[in-house]
Amino acid sequence: MSKLRIEDLDKIAERQKKIVSLRDGAGRVKITVHMGTCGISAGARKIMSAVIRCVEESAASDIVVTTSGCAGLCSREPMMTVEVIEQAPVKYVDLDEEKVKEIFDEHVMKGNIVEDYALAMGGEHTL
Amino acid sequence: MNSLQTENVEAEPAAGKRPGNYRMHLMLCAGTGCVSGGSYKIKEALERELAKHGLTDEVAVVMTGCNGFCAQGPVMAVQPDGIFYQLLDEKDIPHLVEEHMLKGRPVEELMYTPPAERAAVPKMSEIGFFKKQRLLALRNRGLIDPEKIDDYIGRDGYQALAKVLSQMEPEEVVQEVIASGLRGRGGGGFPTGIKWKTCRLTPGEPKYVVCNADEGDPGAYMDRSIVESDPHVVLEGMAIAAYAIGASKGYVYIRHEYPLALERLRKAIADAREYGLLGRNILDQGFDFDIAIHLGAGAFVCGESTALMASMEGHVGEPRAKYIHTVEHGLWDRPTNLNNVETYANVPQIILRGAKWFTSIGTGDVTKNPWGGSKGTKVFSLVGKVNNTGLVEVPMGITLREIIFDIGGGIPNGKKFKAVQTGGPSGGVLPESLLDMPVDFDQLTSVGSMMGSGGMIIMDEDDCMVDIARYFVDFLVGESCGKCLPCREGLRQMSSLLNDICNGTAEKGAISLLEELGQTLAETSLCALGRTAGNPVLTTIRYFRDEYEAHINKKKCPAGVCKALITYSIDAKKCNGCTLCARECPQHAIEGEKRKPHRINNNLCIRCGICREVCKQDAILVK
Repeated sequence: MSKLRIEDLDKIAERQKKIVSLRDGAGRVKITVHMGTCGISAGARKIMSAVIRCVEESAASDIVVTTSGCAGLCSREPMMTVEVIEQAPVKYVDLDEEKVKEIFDEHVMKGNIVEDYALAMGGEHTL
Repeated sequence: MNSLQTENVEAEPAAGKRPGNYRMHLMLCAGTGCVSGGSYKIKEALERELAKHGLTDEVAVVMTGCNGFCAQGPVMAVQPDGIFYQLLDEKDIPHLVEEHMLKGRPVEELMYTPPAERAAVPKMSEIGFFKKQRLLALRNRGLIDPEKIDDYIGRDGYQALAKVLSQMEPEEVVQEVIASGLRGRGGGGFPTGIKWKTCRLTPGEPKYVVCNADEGDPGAYMDRSIVESDPHVVLEGMAIAAYAIGASKGYVYIRHEYPLALERLRKAIADAREYGLLGRNILDQGFDFDIAIHLGAGAFVCGESTALMASMEGHVGEPRAKYIHTVEHGLWDRPTNLNNVETYANVPQIILRGAKWFTSIGTGDVTKNPWGGSKGTKVFSLVGKVNNTGLVEVPMGITLREIIFDIGGGIPNGKKFKAVQTGGPSGGVLPESLLDMPVDFDQLTSVGSMMGSGGMIIMDEDDCMVDIARYFVDFLVGESCGKCLPCREGLRQMSSLLNDICNGTAEKGAISLLEELGQTLAETSLCALGRTAGNPVLTTIRYFRDEYEAHINKKKCPAGVCKALITYSIDAKKCNGCTLCARECPQHAIEGEKRKPHRINNNLCIRCGICREVCKQDAILVK
């Protein structure tokens, strides 16, 4: 195999940073797909795949995708929460794959909340 | 570059996918501690369960190096959630995968619960053990797969080497390391940059760079852990040193008892050669450097620089007089730069982030004098009577109390802290009154101990200080190479005196004789092993003289350890006559009727302590 030059080192680093940055738990945007039993039966697995596909296509390295449990509003599943760093989280409801794509392009990439699908902003008060 | 990418695809579980598409990484510890606890079985179970739920393409299982929290192993961090699981077992995995990886509900039963608290703490950053640590030499631990060179490159690996080769003159590299105030992490605390400078200026070709991974202190495993969790950082540090001093050949002297570290080191060297990061014309910058491994047979004295080099040349591992410096007359009588694993591991970050950044961490002022302070961090292995045994990296200047209580989680079973031994067998034993002392090279030396390679053994009220001193002296008697008289004979005499004290046969004056022997060793021994060998005895006398006196004058062992000086008896008020002790006693020295208080026949009792361990009523008394 050919030996590395300094530029090659940067290329590998760039490629790897995506993977490794996830392990820092830090990112510009965090997308949480709610994967309770209700969410899964309403199709949250498809939503998750769609989100991962969007992240992959965008080639962005600062997006963290994670799962959490039922958000308590089982009738509006599948749901996901988009949290842009230093902004209040937004919960989206009644999702399908097209809506995910739209939310990803508008909210995640451009910062515009897609009000049509949004349920609420902010989180619940916890003690 | 094509074959490189192919290799990557094969290495990832989801063939055909671009790496980076996983939404979750399971960072499972594969350090020696966790592997012996069954990490690889857990890995298989995880992969099986992930496949069952169709998550193989979304969730990656990554084997990492030692995470440091060995007491709770096998451990696993789930990222990006930052959830930390511990004491994992194969049978936990199906439930864990279904709940957390599929449904996103972290499993509380498997999380860490700090001693003295009830609620489990889910996030790594909130666990006291991790919170106060500052990772520099161990910055990649738990974050990269140590067997994948690309993972290391993804965390700025080999960027420092690229920087020195393309932008810095060797002299500038030396100046940067001097300015950083980095001091030898093997224990001596000699300024690394000064060593490099001397080696660089000494005439003679070829020159050598050697890495000392011959970690021999009981209870110390910092170097092993660095090599296991991030082998490339050591190679990169060595390559930078080689460039700075003008060497083209390097050796890692590592003990053969470290099989996992050795395996990862071999793989790292092979991968680095493949990428042209070792070998001829590195990164196309016209610099040649290669590294070979030298296996040590595990003698403690071979951690000493001159003995190490003698051993590498095929001679008996014995030290020589230190006025002939190894930087001038080292391996094969050539100028040789020897640094410890942890020292090399600090170098790449110093080059990348600058000496000024490094000096912002730690104690003292090194701008005019490299001995003026202790900069950066130090890795300690925390063992003994402490809740969170493990490997910790902390900024210099942190107090012993913070290390033992905030990070270490205090003493188990509600016992009282008594002493901490720092610096390995030739370090000192420090009492409670010194707990608020900031830890750095000079402070530790000033109280009669030393930094050593960073072993820290915690002792509680049940430990007898005379017995502890005897333990370390006996270790050193076995490890003394015997070349010089003070160490060979002096240690034997100290051992025999300590035995007399523990047996209650010592005469008055034994303490001052021990002190005199310790001083003589310090002044007349050939190498540092002998010069510091008296430290455990001298410091225990200095801080726990009353215990020595109780042994000699009152023939009592206050901690209840020294068998010749204690008697066992049964508290008749507490004993409920359950007969458990009588059945377990190997000497049949306990008699009594059922449901009535038992008695111990002291003529038969061998003071093994089994009765005390089995008694549920806490009725066995030791005096």
